[in-house]
Amino acid sequence: MDWILVTEQLLNGLQFGLMLFLLAAGLTLVFGIMDMINLAHGSLYMVGAYLAAAVLAAGGGFVAAVVAAMLGTALLGMLLEWSLLRRLYQRDHLSQVLATFALILILNEGVRMVWGEQPLMLNTPAALSGPVELLPGLLYPSYRLLIIGVGLAVALGLWLGVTRTRIGMWVRAGASNRPMAMALGVDTRRLFTLVFGLGAALCALAGSLLGPLLAVQVGMGESILILAFVVIVIGGIGSIRGALVGSLLVGLVDTASRTLLPMLLRQLATPEVASNVGPALASMLIYLLMAAVLFWKPQGLFPARSG
Amino acid sequence: MRKTILCAALALLAATPLMAADKVKVGLLTTLSGAGAGLGVDIRDGFLLGLKHSGGKLGGVPIELVTADDQQNPEVAKQTAERLLKRDKVDLMTGIVFSNVMLAVGPTVFDAKVPYISANAGPSQYAGEQCNPYFFNVAWQNDNLHEAVGKTVLEKGFKKLVVLAPNYPAGKDAITGFKRFYKGPNAVIADEIYTKLGQLDYAAELAQARAAKPDAMYIFLPGGMGISFIKQFVGAGLSKDITLFGPGFSADEDVIRAVGDPMLGMFNSSHWAHDMDNTANRKFVADFKAEYGRLPSLYASQGYDAARLMDGAVKDVKGKVEDKAALLKALKAARFDSVRGDFRFNNNQYPIQDYYLRVITKNTANQVTNRTLYKIFSQHADAYAASCKMK
Repeated sequence: MDWILVTEQLLNGLQFGLMLFLLAAGLTLVFGIMDMINLAHGSLYMVGAYLAAAVLAAGGGFVAAVVAAMLGTALLGMLLEWSLLRRLYQRDHLSQVLATFALILILNEGVRMVWGEQPLMLNTPAALSGPVELLPGLLYPSYRLLIIGVGLAVALGLWLGVTRTRIGMWVRAGASNRPMAMALGVDTRRLFTLVFGLGAALCALAGSLLGPLLAVQVGMGESILILAFVVIVIGGIGSIRGALVGSLLVGLVDTASRTLLPMLLRQLATPEVASNVGPALASMLIYLLMAAVLFWKPQGLFPARSG
Repeated sequence: MRKTILCAALALLAATPLMAADKVKVGLLTTLSGAGAGLGVDIRDGFLLGLKHSGGKLGGVPIELVTADDQQNPEVAKQTAERLLKRDKVDLMTGIVFSNVMLAVGPTVFDAKVPYISANAGPSQYAGEQCNPYFFNVAWQNDNLHEAVGKTVLEKGFKKLVVLAPNYPAGKDAITGFKRFYKGPNAVIADEIYTKLGQLDYAAELAQARAAKPDAMYIFLPGGMGISFIKQFVGAGLSKDITLFGPGFSADEDVIRAVGDPMLGMFNSSHWAHDMDNTANRKFVADFKAEYGRLPSLYASQGYDAARLMDGAVKDVKGKVEDKAALLKALKAARFDSVRGDFRFNNNQYPIQDYYLRVITKNTANQVTNRTLYKIFSQHADAYAASCKMK
């Protein structure tokens, strides 16, 4: 086992985890404050990526594309909250799941009507399209480094925002005990529209940053949404700290299991068996991790709500 | 009175199958939503263009087309196929992109004795012992494109390879096919990586490939998977030391459109290319561009050929699609001008055809696209035909 591979995989896990965090942060606050399950969260991620691709194709720069995607998606998110989701808070989770699942289908169809079925082109800016040599022999894609940087900055910003500002205090109050927060005069409705917009903007940030690495295509939000849910279940619903720790855990475990597990199996079994069992086991490992966490900490690692 | 009318109606109903059909019903079941939708849409668009070229008819008989979405989900596909067969009573079926979906739907279609013309999926199972008189493949057997690349990589003298494929039937077929021709003392497969189907982030796999230090890499990644991989491969700087090879559909127009410049220099194999010079293909490519505003992909060419094959066969049986024996015989004879030039069916009803090497370059108009280099295989058949008992 060489150290270059291990270091590279650690960075990969960190990068993947931070991107998951951008999705999970909004999801966990929405779930935590309003007790609302929003399956369409991943669709906002898709919308963000498409908006970024559209702005870039129209001749805007990369930074402009990301900013425009965040603003546009935040607007869309707040519009959805104000027009539709608001009506679902008092309903049970099943109605919320049904309604937001319908929203997934509608948004997928909408994106398809606007941009077509074929994947869009969204590439890394030329300056960031190659690797950099971090240490002798250790090459790492510069674009992924940018993602790590942005992810860390956003995590820090969110942490400061939630722990050091008045709005952050309201958010924490709303997440840990909503009736009490309302009784103390926190306007949870307006707070929630704000949180929803912020969550949508974070989705768009993840979508537009990952777009140049992945295929920008209809339905791209669904597969990553499942992982975001795993993250908030592991981290504890409503907790930003939980979302960060959960994301990094899932990111690292996912990346490590995909490379280390097949290698390990190849030492123990024939290549034939290893190539069959390895990938299957690797894709299960995250769910095993979730099951293990829930076994010892049924509320997740850092539950926001104690009762 | 009521009884008489009922009797008359019943008699009419019963009599219908005896007359030549007044229309042909075709079920187009393909992937129209989700991550693989781009592929299904290309098959559909190619098929529709094929129909248009035969005047909206098949063999002179008006056609009723029932389009359905399999959502790339074998369970959904199976239920939808049952609906097409039982409620819509289709005479012919086509469209499925993914082999795992095809394997789930196959038995239902074959039991209903409805000819299935595959415009893409070519699982090894249906080419060998489970071959079926009702299954025709107008694309290729899953191994073929990979066999062609295997031969090329060996001939070009690459000695150390990493291969990558998703962990599902066609992925295994691909690597099996590749290894069938990439073998010998000068051929080493340093690493064989299998990923989850639909995976989009390949950071872990790329790091693993870098550590293995190969001189070339072979990938089988359809649709969005390939788009993601190639972008990340170039971003990681691997394209400087490692030559990238893939099957034609991982380097076709749909992928090029989404990736652009980073694809330059990738080698791939195909039985068809938009620059192939024959009358049928020139007409197909020009009309496809005019109709849909984009270059056709290999999937579109296969959808087109499926429609042309049906047209030829229905013409042969003079519209009597109820005569199953005659229809099967006519399909097998494959009397139509394929856009890929020479094409005929083997005993297992998979194609015997030529395969070419292409490279992605810029054309004279400075667009990134494929250029055909040379023929890898002439009249190549698949490796499973011998174990198929059909004559």
